Amino acid sequence: MKLTLKIWRQGGPSADGEMVTYPIEGVSEDMSFLEMLDVLNEELIAKGEEPVAFDSDCREGICGMCGLVINGQAHGPEVTTTCQLHMRSFSDGDEISIEPWRAEAFPVLKDLCVDRTSFDRIIQAGGYISANTGAAPDAAATLVPKDDADRAFMGAECIGCGACVAACPNASGMLFMGAKVTHLGELPQGQPERYARVVSMVDQHDAEGFGGCTNLGECSRACPKGIPLNVISQMNRDLQRAKLGKH
Amino acid sequence: MAITGLIFVGFILAHMYGNLMIFAGEEAFDEYAEHLRELLTPMLPYGGALWILRIVLLASLVGHAYAAFALWSRAGKARKSRYAVSGVAKSLFVSKAMRWGGVALLLFLVFHILHFTTNTIQINGDFDSPAARLVSSFEVWWAVGIYTLAVLALGMHLLHGVWGAGMTLGLNTSIAAAERLRIAAVLIAVVTVVGFLLPPFAILFGIIP
Repeated sequence: MKLTLKIWRQGGPSADGEMVTYPIEGVSEDMSFLEMLDVLNEELIAKGEEPVAFDSDCREGICGMCGLVINGQAHGPEVTTTCQLHMRSFSDGDEISIEPWRAEAFPVLKDLCVDRTSFDRIIQAGGYISANTGAAPDAAATLVPKDDADRAFMGAECIGCGACVAACPNASGMLFMGAKVTHLGELPQGQPERYARVVSMVDQHDAEGFGGCTNLGECSRACPKGIPLNVISQMNRDLQRAKLGKH
Repeated sequence: MAITGLIFVGFILAHMYGNLMIFAGEEAFDEYAEHLRELLTPMLPYGGALWILRIVLLASLVGHAYAAFALWSRAGKARKSRYAVSGVAKSLFVSKAMRWGGVALLLFLVFHILHFTTNTIQINGDFDSPAARLVSSFEVWWAVGIYTLAVLALGMHLLHGVWGAGMTLGLNTSIAAAERLRIAAVLIAVVTVVGFLLPPFAILFGIIP
């Protein structure tokens, strides 16, 4: 395959960025999107140019490290992570634009790398449970109904990649936050801190400069893990109960 | 935003019911309009209940618009640099039209109050009777056109608005709940559009003399 890549190049956090065009040839349709970028970077290094900086880690679609806006879509045209996107999703001769996540809460560090520690701070604010450590508890000591366990697991599938923020027209992080609130709120272990958690997390989310939710659902459609929009409604319900003292 | 929006939904359904009184005849319509002013008298002065409603609606409007503009400006601050390539639009048109659609509805509201409430804008003659004002106005095709556009805009706003209100109030917590919420939104929007368009078209086509 022969492609034309238009990639966002930005020297550093405060540098001005621009879209730069790179033609690339000999791309196999079996390559992953990141492997295609690896090939480009090898060519750039061979020519003595600065390689394109982008994030990746497991390349198995489970760590949440990679994330690019490809042709205006977070993680590109398929419902998967960028590392699990393959070049067969594109055609020979295509022009592909590649940009970083864009949100003030995710400042660009370099090229396609963004700083997502704002997500870490939201988790630190309340996305945890307090439990005594020691020997693992007996597996049947705390019973969880199947439906609750399934819904908790659905929330727990979030890998924190930030595609929800990238896709949201308001740059809101509420799908991420709702997933964590639902995950912990459905389980008995999450109950003691349930209502304090949602208040702290929402406060931190707003302080980080994320936008508000207007219920468009772009986040859920972009989510590589298919987390449904109803986790945001769950978070709203828990927040109301917390504020009204109904718990 | 959700609570003020739901106050409007309640008002709109009551307003629609009042409009449909025209099918019971001009006298019944005028009587209904007069009864609105006599509501809760003598406990309240003449027109008192109506003024309380107006104040509630005005406060809701201020709250609704404030929340909308606050969200709008927050979105602008949350993403200052735009994408070079904008995404493939997946959201429904009605959802994306909430902001400018809301502003358009606000402009229509000003026109509507000047037309039927204060009688400042007169279409096709000046009448004291509310029913006569209604019938004479909607004998004019472009007046029907303006109101049809406004009612369709309102229906669009409701389609996303009722859904969004349910989301904000925490009613969508399962797939089944999401379905119920969608059905409620479609039902309210369709009833509103049909209910509001029946009188003007019935007048335009001469079904109501």
